[in-house]
Amino acid sequence: MFYKLPNTLIDTLRNWLPVFYSTTLVTFSIGLYYAIYNSPPDYIQGDSMRIMYVHVPAAWLSLGSYSILAISCIAWFVFRNPIFNLFAKSIAPIGAVFTIIALVTGSIWGKPTWGTWWAWDARLTSMLILFFLYIAYMMTWQVIVNKELAAKISAALGTIGFINIPIIKFSVDWWNTLHQPATISKLSAPSIHISMLTPLMLMTIAYLFLLITLFLIRYKTELVEVKISRIKH
Amino acid sequence: MSKKVKKRLITVLLSFLILIIATLLITMNLRDNIIYFYSPSDLKDAEIDRQNIIRVGGLVKESSYNYDEKSKIYNFVITDNMNEISVTYVGIMPNLFAENKGVVVEGLATSKSSVTALEVLAKHDENYMPPEVIEALKKDGKWQEE
Repeated sequence: MFYKLPNTLIDTLRNWLPVFYSTTLVTFSIGLYYAIYNSPPDYIQGDSMRIMYVHVPAAWLSLGSYSILAISCIAWFVFRNPIFNLFAKSIAPIGAVFTIIALVTGSIWGKPTWGTWWAWDARLTSMLILFFLYIAYMMTWQVIVNKELAAKISAALGTIGFINIPIIKFSVDWWNTLHQPATISKLSAPSIHISMLTPLMLMTIAYLFLLITLFLIRYKTELVEVKISRIKH
Repeated sequence: MSKKVKKRLITVLLSFLILIIATLLITMNLRDNIIYFYSPSDLKDAEIDRQNIIRVGGLVKESSYNYDEKSKIYNFVITDNMNEISVTYVGIMPNLFAENKGVVVEGLATSKSSVTALEVLAKHDENYMPPEVIEALKKDGKWQEE
């Protein structure tokens, strides 16, 4: 590693993390209160639509996390600064967990709604591929002993996987899928009532703070590991 | 930007462009494998192998649904507002199955316009509304069934 590591950064992170812990806790309490108690059931789905408040933010942020991972990989290719690998390595397991949450909650919602746990349609399949991409990215760092080589291969893999993100996003528009098209991010007005949009947005904010908090913890760990390996050599 | 960085940036962007083109070619050619179900119009055009299980999806046509108590056979028509497929089914209907709502059936094509379903899946739309709002909209005559 040939970059300068600011020694104070680890301490700064350590000092600021409790603020993020508590913000995550507070935003989740508010979000879940609205999602579970203070919002109406859906006119067709009834209360099972509340799964959506857990499912949709996880799915959004699993795509967001991968975008950050892929952009970090591209930045590493261009600037060759190992700090970008630390970003990508820090976010990969968080994105993988968010992807699992989206897949599992979607499956639980799918059974009463569609009548099946799983369907090999374009949205569900591309989401499963996203999970495998995260796993593959993490595995390259684990399996390849030569870190220089691991950096190259993992960055290539992370970049190639970026192509899956627009596929996931637009799969419901390009192909016939069992999964319904987008409710919020479409050109016309969102087809969700404000009383349901509010808990969804609150939960998204909560998830975002969870993502940032977990990312900072992971990033701090990566920095500590770099420091340890420097002492060893 | 140094010359080296610029060169690398161009290489990465070019590789990514090639990747996009390759993906487009693959997904366009594999469309028939990627789509989860055929629309009734697709089924009319496609050469369907009667031995294979296929999926057809669309809206359940209004007042086409009927259930025979004696034989326990469900009958309904799937439409995409251009072509129609009639479906016969014996089994469990999903709760959200309703006329004018989306449905996907899996089964064997008996002809170009009829399918014997082995499984029926309800397709949910992207609308989320509380029941009171729907009642109010219906009262004002502003609610439109798709």
